[in-house]
Amino acid sequence: MSFFAVENLGIRFGGVVAVDGVSFEVEKGEVFTIIGPNGAGKTTIFNLVCLIYPADTGRVVFEGRDITGLAPHRVAELGIARTFQNIELFEHATVLQNLLIGRHRHRRTNFWQELAFTRAVREAELAQREAVERVIDFLELAKYRDSLVAGLPYGVRKVVELGRALATEPRLLLLDEPSSGLNPEETDDMAFWIEDIKKHLGITVLMVEHDMNLVSRVSDRVLALNEGRPIAEGTPAQVQADPAVIEAYLGAAA
Amino acid sequence: MTDLAQLLVAGISSGCVYALVALGFVLIYKATETVNFAQGDLMMLGAFFALTASVMLGWPYWATIVFAVTVMAVVGMAIERLVIRPVLGQPAFTVVMITIGIGYVMRGVVTMVPGWGTETYQIPTPFAEAVLPVGGVVLPVQQLAVIAMTAALCAALYLFFRFTRIGVAMQATSQNQLAAYYMGIPVRRVNMMIWGLSAGVAAFAGILLAPVTFVHSNMGFIGLKAFPAAVVGGFGSVPGAIVGGLIIGVVEALAGYYLPEGFKDVAAYVVVLVVLMIRPSGIFGETMRKKV
Amino acid sequence: MRFIFKTTYEQDLRLFRHGGQAFWYGLLLAALVTAPLWAGEYLMTQLVFIAIYSIVGFGLMMLTGFTGQVSLGHAAFLAVGAYTEALLAARGVPVFVSLPAAALLTAAVGVIVGLPALRLKGIYLAIATLAFNVIVEEIAARWESVTHGNAGMPVAPVKLFGRELEGDGGFYYLCLLAAVLACLACVNLLRSPTGRAFVAIRDSEVSASSMGVNLAKYKTISFAFSAALTGIAGALYAHKVGFISPEQFSLLVSIELITIVILGGVGFLHGAVLGAAFVIVLPQVLSIAKDWLPEGMAPSGLQAVVFGIILVLVIIFEPMGLYGRWLKIRTWFELFPFYRRGMFRRQRSYLKTERLR
Repeated sequence: MSFFAVENLGIRFGGVVAVDGVSFEVEKGEVFTIIGPNGAGKTTIFNLVCLIYPADTGRVVFEGRDITGLAPHRVAELGIARTFQNIELFEHATVLQNLLIGRHRHRRTNFWQELAFTRAVREAELAQREAVERVIDFLELAKYRDSLVAGLPYGVRKVVELGRALATEPRLLLLDEPSSGLNPEETDDMAFWIEDIKKHLGITVLMVEHDMNLVSRVSDRVLALNEGRPIAEGTPAQVQADPAVIEAYLGAAA
Repeated sequence: MTDLAQLLVAGISSGCVYALVALGFVLIYKATETVNFAQGDLMMLGAFFALTASVMLGWPYWATIVFAVTVMAVVGMAIERLVIRPVLGQPAFTVVMITIGIGYVMRGVVTMVPGWGTETYQIPTPFAEAVLPVGGVVLPVQQLAVIAMTAALCAALYLFFRFTRIGVAMQATSQNQLAAYYMGIPVRRVNMMIWGLSAGVAAFAGILLAPVTFVHSNMGFIGLKAFPAAVVGGFGSVPGAIVGGLIIGVVEALAGYYLPEGFKDVAAYVVVLVVLMIRPSGIFGETMRKKV
Repeated sequence: MRFIFKTTYEQDLRLFRHGGQAFWYGLLLAALVTAPLWAGEYLMTQLVFIAIYSIVGFGLMMLTGFTGQVSLGHAAFLAVGAYTEALLAARGVPVFVSLPAAALLTAAVGVIVGLPALRLKGIYLAIATLAFNVIVEEIAARWESVTHGNAGMPVAPVKLFGRELEGDGGFYYLCLLAAVLACLACVNLLRSPTGRAFVAIRDSEVSASSMGVNLAKYKTISFAFSAALTGIAGALYAHKVGFISPEQFSLLVSIELITIVILGGVGFLHGAVLGAAFVIVLPQVLSIAKDWLPEGMAPSGLQAVVFGIILVLVIIFEPMGLYGRWLKIRTWFELFPFYRRGMFRRQRSYLKTERLR
């Protein structure tokens, strides 16, 4: 039984078939990347897994449990976290508060306790702060800790987005184009972090990515999509050499 | 049966007024995504200008209509230029509050103008009290005139939007501001004119409403029913505003007759709650989903 | 300029950032507690009203300012609280039972009103709450067996341990206590997971739910909490004015309540108090100014005009409200002479996608 599996997932928007019968499995502890030209349906798959839109066909199985059709917050409670392509941070809050929201699924206190701010709430808050500080250390965000997100540069926001997902202590991390908009240095940092996430934190990573260097560097296995359908699967080297993939990206020989 | 026919005509007639207020309101919303809570008060102000022309200056009915509509168009444009434009880009909620503030100012100013004040006035119309027997049913000419004039205005607006340059430009800015800019359309000026047009339509509605509710500083509250009308018809849809207004008008008339007292006043709001629960996008509206 | 170097996590949780703040708030509290000794009867009445409207302000601020759910119908909650209290007081129920009862009942109504909120956003939600307000007002007018309809209903004075509470004595302390407790409740929520969930919902519903925030649950909690606070304020209001009728809870009142939040400063709890004070004080100031009006102008219009103009000006020139302006002034003094004009500028969003939260 695999750690995470997608079976025959499909959705159409009106006449456009965005995802058409996609199936793949992700092993625990690996970094699995989905690549494909624009419009291939990669982010849509993420949105289907997290139930931002409900799928038309197929199912999603996580740790043996069918999670198709679960509400997004329930999916998060099970230990799946994601980042968004167009950064969805909480703009009017500080970096710290953004990361603290990531701890929401570890909440142990109820509304009435919080209303009175009992000792239990105080202790829980301090524990959450400690956990968040570990993420801040890992991602070197310390100097932005109390800054409002709205004023931060793009590269930093991407890192905060990653941090927020890490703060949930997920078992499966969905990264949507982690290197988009980053300069080569920042992409390098991102590569190191993904490797660290896999090796030291033991989190399984499912990634959508365009940057082939990053893909080759960190991925264990790759799935190539085109027009909503899978066209190749294997190690990064295998997929990059696959003729169908080359045709999808560059066109066939005349 | 005759009762029902009379009810329907009365309902459609009052529905026409709601439709016009909703129309003005939807025009602004489509173009700038601004919800104008002062639409009813624009209507009220228009009625007062018509009153001035008609009663105090003694002009004929049709001249007062032209006068009031023109004056309010200028007022509408001024409001957009001075008050709305500085806050473009702020969250929608803030802009709504500004329109609420404008409404307050208009109501207050009207009560403070000597000669207007807090009194209730009547505008003489050429149709007062006349009735028309139509196939066994006796219908007030006033109501029929309202329906006819509304239809005429809608036809005029349709032609305007379809065949004049300004009308087409307005449609363009409503659909895609950025593209309109690229095509050389002066978007901000067009938005200003949309406000003017909307205010003019509101004034027209005010004149049509005057014989029913009489002219006084609080008559703008009828305009609140334009919101249910716009929602029922589909927010952001011009034909929806009209259809929604008519539906609300008819439902109200029927509720007033068949249901116990008090239901008439809340009928519109009950309808809108039901619509919001079942199909928030209304009859002609479109659902938009955020792309992440 | 005071820099606060934090060395423990505890410091983030504290109510007051530093001793100076604690001092000023303590002074304010002392002044309020001793008010019956130094304030005249007129001022005491104003303070009671400010306390009551502050409680509404806190409730509405939590809902609209912090959770982002617009409510144009909060006067309906005020009505539920007021009428519940009037009915219970008429039966001799002691205030320590009737106030929580009013709060609970209003919270239940809040849950019902919040049901549409689970699926509606922005202007649709505003219209739904507006519709609720009109319907509740009409119910209050028609359900004559309970509410005495449009004729209105007298309200018995507050009974505590068998004695009646006077206006500038026991009743003032009751209102002050309620206001302080309400404030504390809001502050506690805001520094705990629930408050963070609220803010998350306001800023991005999609990512809030992806982080595990149950949108339906927290929106409902927010509505219920806001309604409960408003219900308590309504109950106190009923006792203060002694006589309630449906027109005191109309749409115009709802709009007044929202302006408290806007004028005070959206997103700051202090704004609720400042906004409430402003809304209470303004008519008093205007009634003095009425004497200077020229002949022929009806004085009733002046209040509407000034109110509207102030609202418009504040929104255009100071979107962060009264508290925001105070923050800027204070920061100017603190940072003197290094204050920069763009320090508090917020991003403007022109994109349609931004509005589709």
